Amino acid sequence: MAAEATPLLRIEDLEIRYRGADREVLAVNDVSLELGAGECMALIGESGCGKSTVAMSVMRYLGENGRIAQGRILFRGQDLGTMTEADLRALRRGGIAMVYQDASSALNPTMKIGRQLAEVLETHEHAEAGSIAPRVLEMLRKVGIPDPEGTMGRYPHQLSGGQQQRIVIAMAFLAEPALLILDEPTTALDVTVEAQIIELLARMREEHGTAMLFISHNLGLVRRVCERVSVMYAGQIVERGATATILGAPQHPYTQGLVSCIPRLDRGRADYRLNSIPGQVPRLSSAPRRCTFMDRCHHAVPGECDTRIDIGPARSSVDVRCARWKDLGKDAGPEAPAREPEMPRHRRDCVLSVENMCKTYELRSPFDLFGKRSRQVRAGESISIALSPGETLGIVGESGCGKSTLARVIMGLEAPSSGRVVVLGDDVTGKQVEQRSREQVRNVQMVFQNPDSTLNPLHTVGFILDRAVKLLGGVRDRDGRRREVERLLDLVRLPAEVMRMRAGRLSGGQKQRVAVARAFAGRPALVVADEPTSALDTSVKTAILELLLSVQKQTGTALVFISHDLAVVRYIADRVCVMYLGHVLETGGVEEVFEPPFHPYTQALLDAVPSVDQDIAAPHRPLEGEATSWTPQSRGCPFSARCESSIEGLCDIQSPPNLETGENHLICCHLPVSALGQGAFA
Amino acid sequence: MNTILIRRLASSLVTMIAASFIIFMLVEASPGNVARKTLGPFASEEQVLLLYERLHLNDPVLVRYGRWLGVLVGLQADPLQDPDLGLGFEDPRGDRYFGNFGYSSMMNMPVADIIWERLGNSLKLAALAFATIVPLAILIGTYAGLRANKPADRAVTIVTTMLASIPEFASAVILASVFVVWLGWLPGTSPLQTAGGWPIYLQYILPVTVLALYVTAYVTRFVRTSVMEVMQTPYVRTAVLKGLKPRQVVARHVMRNAMMAPFTIILLQINWLISGVVVTEVVFAYPGIGRMLLEAAMFGDIALIEATSLITVAIAISTQLVGDVGYVLLNPRIRLS
Repeated sequence: MAAEATPLLRIEDLEIRYRGADREVLAVNDVSLELGAGECMALIGESGCGKSTVAMSVMRYLGENGRIAQGRILFRGQDLGTMTEADLRALRRGGIAMVYQDASSALNPTMKIGRQLAEVLETHEHAEAGSIAPRVLEMLRKVGIPDPEGTMGRYPHQLSGGQQQRIVIAMAFLAEPALLILDEPTTALDVTVEAQIIELLARMREEHGTAMLFISHNLGLVRRVCERVSVMYAGQIVERGATATILGAPQHPYTQGLVSCIPRLDRGRADYRLNSIPGQVPRLSSAPRRCTFMDRCHHAVPGECDTRIDIGPARSSVDVRCARWKDLGKDAGPEAPAREPEMPRHRRDCVLSVENMCKTYELRSPFDLFGKRSRQVRAGESISIALSPGETLGIVGESGCGKSTLARVIMGLEAPSSGRVVVLGDDVTGKQVEQRSREQVRNVQMVFQNPDSTLNPLHTVGFILDRAVKLLGGVRDRDGRRREVERLLDLVRLPAEVMRMRAGRLSGGQKQRVAVARAFAGRPALVVADEPTSALDTSVKTAILELLLSVQKQTGTALVFISHDLAVVRYIADRVCVMYLGHVLETGGVEEVFEPPFHPYTQALLDAVPSVDQDIAAPHRPLEGEATSWTPQSRGCPFSARCESSIEGLCDIQSPPNLETGENHLICCHLPVSALGQGAFA
Repeated sequence: MNTILIRRLASSLVTMIAASFIIFMLVEASPGNVARKTLGPFASEEQVLLLYERLHLNDPVLVRYGRWLGVLVGLQADPLQDPDLGLGFEDPRGDRYFGNFGYSSMMNMPVADIIWERLGNSLKLAALAFATIVPLAILIGTYAGLRANKPADRAVTIVTTMLASIPEFASAVILASVFVVWLGWLPGTSPLQTAGGWPIYLQYILPVTVLALYVTAYVTRFVRTSVMEVMQTPYVRTAVLKGLKPRQVVARHVMRNAMMAPFTIILLQINWLISGVVVTEVVFAYPGIGRMLLEAAMFGDIALIEATSLITVAIAISTQLVGDVGYVLLNPRIRLS
């Protein structure tokens, strides 16, 4: 790019402050960046590092409390700060557009899709009335909406999450923006849908030549999409440069920390160890006079790091904000505690056994008087699983595959339509949690996805755990309970002071630790964890995974770990169950499931996950379509409709057999074993 | 949509029948003798016994309830109107017609002659108040909600909190002392008769104002909160970042979503405005249905109590029906789920 040309976007020494309840918070400081036309840059970092604030300031939408305290944002050389409201509207209509994290809430629930899209064009002065509808239709076709005409007349809630995101993308590109800001555009989506959306974005970018500012904490995704990356920490950019260089050989200790806490899809737990970054992002109220990462950095040296540090060039085309980047190689890495050898599993007892569980939901319109339109949807189809003490079973699959239904049936929140659920030899089939004995309830506990909504924010941690100890642990006397609460806090590595804090004041990671402590209060035999890390930041996620592993090792509790994050499952699980539309398509030891031969669905899931090491040009064919529902009328293999290798006249008619490809490794497929696992991932 | 309507209508009918049974039970099957209540305290024991016999008050409750319903819908003759009883209950419509609520012992005329006129008066008052309240509340509430926590919003909040906490009798007395006693611009009573020298339209002003002040303040606060919440939703941000003008954002994206929550509350006000404004009606001697129910209850006029209660319940159920259907129309997520 010519150095003289005005860059599309230029941010100079940006400082953004938010007015808080008692003091001002410094959200962003000393941020400068440049983005040329058609370029794609990622902003990465933990939550609270100021990524979204930078993005919103480029839209000049900081809300009531935010203000740009210093610096300038220039778009095509024009200062955004001096623009009038009318100029800004013009800019938002055609200059900069945005794609949001949660598409379902970014669309007006009471306005039809077609109307919401047309609105973008109506605001253009020269758009003639007649030309709007065809252009909207064309755009819907471009973003891969299956039935564009019909979709125009639908409301957002009638579309799936992936389709809603396609609509938001269509809305953004209708404005023909020169710059597109994407704020975690795929975080709320399944891996397969994520892969589709990324594919779509890459295509749209190529066709329209749009520049992108891509906010994400998914480094694999960043690697696949962006040429350049800026790492943000505590409101500053701490490292920036070419994506492959920065993710391949990070210079700043923070970037190193981010990279080393990503679970790997291509390696098993025995081959590497995840390192979480200790501590939390600090909240600043004034410009820092020292390295903001110092307190969390094991390379920090007093005297060198506690002065003001500016970002400066390190290696070729990489800038780093670190006083000691030259010496880092000489330091010993963080002392990784030696991993205790894996204990041999004793298979003699069975903690949990689910036999031929089926669950059918009756879908009935609430206003349907005569039951004409009632239909059945199967969320579970002859599912059988067994679990020994200390073992972890990972359950993976797209949303709607029946993972959560299985968890709810095990917990006794729902009754199965048929089949048996046996916990520690007790048949608890159909026994709702209220009908279970105290002992049965104590033995099966759950950790939920969102700790914000599972802990009462007004209760203190001490109260929450004390009650769990009393009800589940059966400890009556006050001193015993206190000792037990302290033991639990120690187990989840929280300091004892946390006891007096209200749950609402804890960070997301701390809350999830409390939720884990609560689940383990009664020394349960089985804990069901339903997406326990998907609402958390990467480094916190890693810490919770390590925590679950260590708690499990100490207590010998069996774990059912439900997740759509395959790399996480590969790291934590001993055995894996791949589910699709209520069917178990593949089950076996973790190494067997993640190595060929694969079920075609497993392979599609693995292919969809972007890897940090993978080059942008890596061949990639995302799984098309979305999981529909499985009704009793459906025949054959549930995956046949989306399967590339589907054999007509066989897969769509006959239920597939269980192929035994190893000890306890089952693949439910019509294809011969030799044909399984020849895809890109194999 | 049609199935929703049919379903809601059917359930309204069931509710109405259940409510009528409860009203019947409370009034006629409650302790105390219906014959005695009808004849009043001065009738002799003999007369009461005779009436008791004639009315078949010994029959099981369900049989009596069936008979009562029969009279109401005009399938059966009203036993009290039987000239043999010598009660003198005469109705020009005969003793068998739809909507035969019986004979009011307090007013000494058929209930049907009194109640429709009173109901009409109440409806007029409610309609005038409602027509004032809804536009005002939406206007002021939206104005404040769009400027959440700014001085204009604070002012609205303070004023509405004050107005909503002044009871009707207090505001009625304050307004009357200013506009009637001091300025003499308006009449102090509103009997809806021109005999006092005041034209009818002036007689409406004070009662309507008293009701409007109170309810507008209350509804405004709901509208304000709802608008404020919708303004913070991501889809309003989307609309702003699309480059729409503020007016377009509010008209297209905020209003419909912000009206969903207050809609139910606004409709609930209709019930109260028609049949619950006893205090205002008493203060201004307004001949409405609320005051009549109070008088009937104090007199022990069984037929009038039953008729008034039934109509009140019917109004409540109809607004509920309108509310449900309206909410479904406003919210496509319910309509199309």
